[in-house]
Amino acid sequence: MSGVPQAELARVLREHAGQLAASLVPLIGDFGTAEDLVQDAVVAALERWPLDGIPERPDAWLFTVARRRGLDVLRREGNYRRKLAQLQWPVPAEPDHRLQLVFTCCHPALSRPAQVALTLRIVCGLTTAQIARAFLVPETTIAQRITRAKRKIAAAGIPYRVPADDELAPRLAEVLTVIYLVFNEGYLSTADQAHSKDLSDDAEWLASLLHTLMPAEPEVGGLLALIRLHRARAAARFDSDGGLVPLEAQDRSLWDQDAVDAAIHILTRAARHHRPGPYQLQAAIVACHAEARRWEDTDWPQIRVLYDLLLLLSPSPVIRLNRAIATRYTSGPQAALAELDELAGSLEAYPIFHATKAELLRDLGRTGEAATADQRALSLTQNPAQQALLGQRLDLFT
Amino acid sequence: MAQYAILIFANASHDHAALSPEDRAAHDRHGEAVEKFGGTMLTAFALQPAATATSIRGDVVTDGPFIDAKEVVAGFYVIEAPDLDAAMEIARRNPATQQGGGVEVRPVDSGFVGVPPTAG
Repeated sequence: MSGVPQAELARVLREHAGQLAASLVPLIGDFGTAEDLVQDAVVAALERWPLDGIPERPDAWLFTVARRRGLDVLRREGNYRRKLAQLQWPVPAEPDHRLQLVFTCCHPALSRPAQVALTLRIVCGLTTAQIARAFLVPETTIAQRITRAKRKIAAAGIPYRVPADDELAPRLAEVLTVIYLVFNEGYLSTADQAHSKDLSDDAEWLASLLHTLMPAEPEVGGLLALIRLHRARAAARFDSDGGLVPLEAQDRSLWDQDAVDAAIHILTRAARHHRPGPYQLQAAIVACHAEARRWEDTDWPQIRVLYDLLLLLSPSPVIRLNRAIATRYTSGPQAALAELDELAGSLEAYPIFHATKAELLRDLGRTGEAATADQRALSLTQNPAQQALLGQRLDLFT
Repeated sequence: MAQYAILIFANASHDHAALSPEDRAAHDRHGEAVEKFGGTMLTAFALQPAATATSIRGDVVTDGPFIDAKEVVAGFYVIEAPDLDAAMEIARRNPATQQGGGVEVRPVDSGFVGVPPTAG
């Protein structure tokens, strides 16, 4: 073993696999075939590179393997002569086609799990096995998802292009949802720290790729800033036993202040477009927390205003719950409890609702009722793993 | 160009003959949307109410639509369109989507359209 670190392998593959897929799709004229060739090359690289080291030109190496395999496929199809002539290294240096790739993978006609699996495999160069491990599902499930999705792309004529201006906004929202989902999976997952970390890397990389390719889209900048603000504080989230540390108790000296500043810079530039969106607002809320040197310095009035804006754009009971938590610090527990009570109907089965209520009641000296609410929260989360996860979900909102 | 069947779903009690003149006019105008978004209408049918259907599964014949559901196929048409995005642009403008029902876009595998013998 030459000892090439996993992270380095993943980084190099991310950098080149999607590029290769993006240039092969138009050359071969068939999304599914092109994707198969790249996946074969990725699998080969994961076998060879740990032994031989990463080649000097990883892109040429991957291309050669994909081409060799492609010749077999095309020969079988009988029309190889014409297509063969087009498969020459170097692939013509064209503008980055990966945007088409991303939009095809995240097409709304595909199911969300298929969008996620396709994006990770094609754009990030993950193998089916790696995706399966990250999501704790059998490899055959992921393989099936990908096969079905590729079949649908071909049979239903899902186009390989960036959507036109008038359809761009909803389609971009779809892509951002997929990236954020990948991030959450990596960030929240307690199952396997090693693999979950990979997914956070992939999500950050995807957001940053999109940010490079679509610099004028403020929500892309918002999502990138949001992911980076979370990750900049990751070191303080767990104690030495692996337990989750609530924001209030985190050692803020462990936060990567340079990374926080850089993320806020991205967010500020996005905000200059004056097109606010849910990701910019969530990033702004997280930025308020990240900028506070001490818990006592948290700018709660600002956070509450941001939640109000967020509610205008995407109203949801969970966001109202988070606003109520901010209200606790701006206007006291009585006002917060009043906001919370309005949510009793919709959040009855949501343990964090009851846990928050318990804290407010305790602030008000209503200890009996607080204990009842605590028990309710606990009864909704008996499973310790779920408890940990719920704690983390709460953590993600702060 | 690819071919797509667009299946129109409506409430099980839907009766095309009972549509208001405005709703009917909206359906009649849908052909313009097909053209506008780069498609071609190949064939289109509105069906009699689901109550008039007869279903056959294996050897068993039953009265009514094949699947007992709140919503049933009320009609369908086949278009030719450049890709799924164009077909979806067309389908989302089908008036059924605004009249309490909806549509399903289904790529066509193969087909045949016959010409009925002229009467007399």
